[in-house]
Amino acid sequence: MSGLEVSLGKLHLKNPIMPASGTFAEQMTNYIDINEIGAVIPKSITKSRRTGNPTPRICETKAGGMINSIGIQSEGLTYFKEKTIPFYANFSTPFIPSVSADSIEEFVEICEELGAIDEVDAIELNISCPNLKNNGLAFGMDPSISHELVSQVRKTTNKPLIPKLSPNVTSIVEIAKACEASGADILTVSNTFLAMSIDVHTRKPKISNVMGGYSGPAILPLVVRMVYQVYQATSLPIIGCGGVMNGEDAIELMLAGASAVQIGTASFIDPEAMITIRDEIEAYMKVHGIKDIQEIIGGVVVR
Amino acid sequence: MAVKTEILFNKQISKRYFHLKVKVPNKQLFPVQAGQFFHIKCSDGSKPLLRRPLSIFRINEAESTLEFLYLVKGVGTMALAERKKEERLDILGPLGKGFSVAEGSENILVVARGVGIATLSALAFKMKRMNISCFAIVSARTKEDYLMEAELKAAGVEAVFVNDEDGTSDPHHVKLLAETLVSEKKIDGIYTCGSRRLSILMKELACEHQLFAEIALEENMGCGIGSCYGCVCQIEEEESIRPVRICMEGPVFPLEKVVFA
Repeated sequence: MSGLEVSLGKLHLKNPIMPASGTFAEQMTNYIDINEIGAVIPKSITKSRRTGNPTPRICETKAGGMINSIGIQSEGLTYFKEKTIPFYANFSTPFIPSVSADSIEEFVEICEELGAIDEVDAIELNISCPNLKNNGLAFGMDPSISHELVSQVRKTTNKPLIPKLSPNVTSIVEIAKACEASGADILTVSNTFLAMSIDVHTRKPKISNVMGGYSGPAILPLVVRMVYQVYQATSLPIIGCGGVMNGEDAIELMLAGASAVQIGTASFIDPEAMITIRDEIEAYMKVHGIKDIQEIIGGVVVR
Repeated sequence: MAVKTEILFNKQISKRYFHLKVKVPNKQLFPVQAGQFFHIKCSDGSKPLLRRPLSIFRINEAESTLEFLYLVKGVGTMALAERKKEERLDILGPLGKGFSVAEGSENILVVARGVGIATLSALAFKMKRMNISCFAIVSARTKEDYLMEAELKAAGVEAVFVNDEDGTSDPHHVKLLAETLVSEKKIDGIYTCGSRRLSILMKELACEHQLFAEIALEENMGCGIGSCYGCVCQIEEEESIRPVRICMEGPVFPLEKVVFA
């Protein structure tokens, strides 16, 4: 026992570190041993093949952040089942596909298929992507749509469901409660922040889609706040996601209430970042005499 | 793997361009192929946040050094330009696929725009070692921006320099130049980098003369190792067009397959 094990309901992880969806591909096995991280979440899968957005798809911003609008480039569900799942089946680490869809029906259809596959340990629902049937609003921006979506998917599978919440809402707590009431098991808090950046010399937006999702160290305090709020308001385990660059950042999210932490942008800079962060958490535990990392979850001392 | 190299020099060679040479601690990252790139952590701090991809300019395996030629343009390359001799520079690579040389190739033409000459001169030096004759058309904004004029000449590359100031870089003119070279020098391969317009011209030329042709593409990159899908180009194959990651399947592609939007 290393003391790094965490349980999120019935999902048991050897440590709290996993990739944020969209920042991890099979090539990462050239740099890290997947068996050393808590879980693996590949890029969101869609039902059919999607080509994604034109370039430039990413840009860097001044204050420690980046904006991306990849557009969920995906090979589709058939390819995912035939190639991606067998690849990850080679590892003992829990495998959590991330699902994106254009409609509730499509979410249901994909999750029903994935839920029936043994190698799938849980499903992350990317409800923070734009819903084409609803003027481009994300499903996760509306509590009643979130509720409807999770309830429908819930009927198809007993596997842990993990809605990934959108931060682009007035009250993330409301959405979190709607997901809890509809049978979600775990919440990922959160997806990227809708943002925009302009090249002042060319006067053009820096990415082709004009707006995109903001990530990187700049957003960490925003995510710490949201994890804290959601932790107070629901009893679901939380996976914190956003701006974690090192072990202390991960600890901060856990103190705010996260049971596990996703790493995204940090892996772009250092492909071994997840392993480094895991080791830094271990070092923090030694310094503070912590035997079980779960002791610190929600352990922020307010007042 | 990311390795910490030692900066041997990092000097300004013209108004906008820098030349960087680093010593690699061990030989494990070799061999490095012309056309491949390294993802460079420009500063030890968080500005810039992301690495910057630089194609390899000189590969000196015997002395375990690498050289890069870069244009100082944004936050990343400005930070890199500040780096001093003896500092440690974190580089990730070599990444991507390099240039290939068609079997039986005897005379090749490289067509570069701006800093595109960096990756193409790595190829030109390789060609020289393979006893393949190399001709070049090097296009730049101004005469001040001419890069590698003496070096290419010393390496036996017959290079024609053209620029925007006197209008010699006009696509029509460059096309005539290239056509003349193709017919007079029995060119059997074309390689290009750095300009969309020139690439389209070269694609047409290669198609007309049925020549082997490759292009090295540039794009904003996130991870550089295939995870983020930030850098893609459109590739036409078997009558269908699909987006592929430049960092993984490129940055060098068969020119006839690249779709220019």
